[in-house]
Amino acid sequence: MQLGKDVRLFGRTRDLEIQIDQFLDALSESALVFKSAVDVYLEEGCTKEFTDKHEHVDSLESQADDLRRTIEIKLYTQTLIPESRGDVLGLLENLDKIINLIERVLWAFDIEKPQIPTPLNSGYRKLVDMSCEAVEAVVLASRAFFRNIDAVGDHNHKVMYFETEADKASTQLKRDIFETDLRLGHKMHLRGFVEDIDDIADWSEDVADRLAIYVIKRTV
Amino acid sequence: MEITVLLFLTSGLFLGWALGANDAANVFGTAVGTRMVRFGTAAAICSIFVVLGAVVSGAGAAHTLGKLGAINALAGSFMAALAAALAVYIMTKAGLPVSTSQAIVGAIIGWNLFSGMPTDPKSLTKILSTWVLCPVLAACFSAIIYKTTVWFIKYAKLHLLRTDAYTRIGLLIAGAFGSYSLGANNIANVMGVFVPANPFTDFNLGTFLTFSAGQQLFLLGAVAIGVGVFTYSKRVMLTVGNDLLPLSPIAAWVAVVSHSIVLFLFASQGLEALLSSHGLPTIPLVPVSSSQAVVGAVLGIALVKGGGGIQWRVLGSIGLGWIVTPIIACGICFVGLYFLQNVFDQKVYQSTAIERLDPAPTTSRMRDHQIDIMKL
Repeated sequence: MQLGKDVRLFGRTRDLEIQIDQFLDALSESALVFKSAVDVYLEEGCTKEFTDKHEHVDSLESQADDLRRTIEIKLYTQTLIPESRGDVLGLLENLDKIINLIERVLWAFDIEKPQIPTPLNSGYRKLVDMSCEAVEAVVLASRAFFRNIDAVGDHNHKVMYFETEADKASTQLKRDIFETDLRLGHKMHLRGFVEDIDDIADWSEDVADRLAIYVIKRTV
Repeated sequence: MEITVLLFLTSGLFLGWALGANDAANVFGTAVGTRMVRFGTAAAICSIFVVLGAVVSGAGAAHTLGKLGAINALAGSFMAALAAALAVYIMTKAGLPVSTSQAIVGAIIGWNLFSGMPTDPKSLTKILSTWVLCPVLAACFSAIIYKTTVWFIKYAKLHLLRTDAYTRIGLLIAGAFGSYSLGANNIANVMGVFVPANPFTDFNLGTFLTFSAGQQLFLLGAVAIGVGVFTYSKRVMLTVGNDLLPLSPIAAWVAVVSHSIVLFLFASQGLEALLSSHGLPTIPLVPVSSSQAVVGAVLGIALVKGGGGIQWRVLGSIGLGWIVTPIIACGICFVGLYFLQNVFDQKVYQSTAIERLDPAPTTSRMRDHQIDIMKL
């Protein structure tokens, strides 16, 4: 019966591997949908297409939450990876926060419906692009943490690059906003969105920093 | 069997218990300490395989120990085992790493000194050189296995969880192999001194299977080791990781495998026969220290990793243990034999010249030829 137990053990491991991959897929997908949702908003405003994309991100967020909880419970109840489960737990929770930030920005667009002057669109697009690239890179770094630990450094390097680019874009965008003739309240409203979007890149960088430490800890 | 015989065997059982309590940690310590394997599972596997190793392949190393000094009276065997056990106990209390192999060799030399028997210099040199060779060999094995394993993990790009699952199974298999080797190699320390004065007799199980007197003795010793594992090794297992170098589960697996290979090499009669049949130099069958094999293995890993983080003080105290343990055991045995002989009036050795050389086969041959031993 030992053999049967072992086969089940690998089965459980495989299930968990799949769930971790699904969690990372949800994060990656939410960044892509976020990017296209902001594009739609900048082009057409708060249309049905935008709302659909927002709902899509909402469902990805709750899916990611469920997966994260399941993975965490399994890791502890099955006493798997005792050496690294604290790190894996921290990684998943911090990655989950990125989806939460993405969702929060979309809710803000949906509720507050900011009036963005057309000349500022390109600045917002660039900021969103850089932030989403940072998320993509941190997803790749996380996948590498599970499968190919040597590659984590390469992906982390990209996260740092895109975060710096996002910072530059956000600074420039804030300058552009405050150089317009808009009312101060309007300017501050627009600035709030810039900071919220930039937070996504900043948080991705924080996760990458943690990953770098986890890698050192895991070096056999 | 007389009750005194059982009484005399208790010191061997005590030594077996001490060995189980201490040395099971070398095999399963890191696995249990890092919660990769549950203590119950580790203890069960360890006990079963120690018994198997002792009964199936325990004879080789015991033979060498017997040649060093064939303790020919049960009371003498009792004292030798007790002296070794006490030396182990004293060293453990003093916080120094201890080897039952060295303790028992010291005790046998103590018996030789007391009884006036010559210590076979060839066997002694063989044993002493093996003690140096054992950690060195373990370090070489672990360095090679570690490098190969790291390369394999990188090449195979296994998922973290899959690596974890494989490591768990690897630790169980390596632990089973380690326990088997421990039983095969170290049963000599526990019961080796009782072999020449063995109170058991052979009996047949069916037509083909014979359960020899030696095997019965080893089974008894192995059961004592098993009891030591179950009753006292948990604490040692949980603290073992902190003493040397902090090990990851994979590095722990490498250390256990290397340790087990070394112990197996120094106990395998099959391998000895294979090497000698091909005209190759054989590996001496000698009881070696499980703790020192593990220390050597960990050192091998540390050196491959660049030599950082090695606790040189721990290594120094191990070096000290090499010298101090046999001396303490020798001293206790000598004094103990004096008391046993003069206070308790026990016969601690038999001083016939023939038995001094090779007692059992020679005397039986002489009896076959109807030669009166007493006249000689």
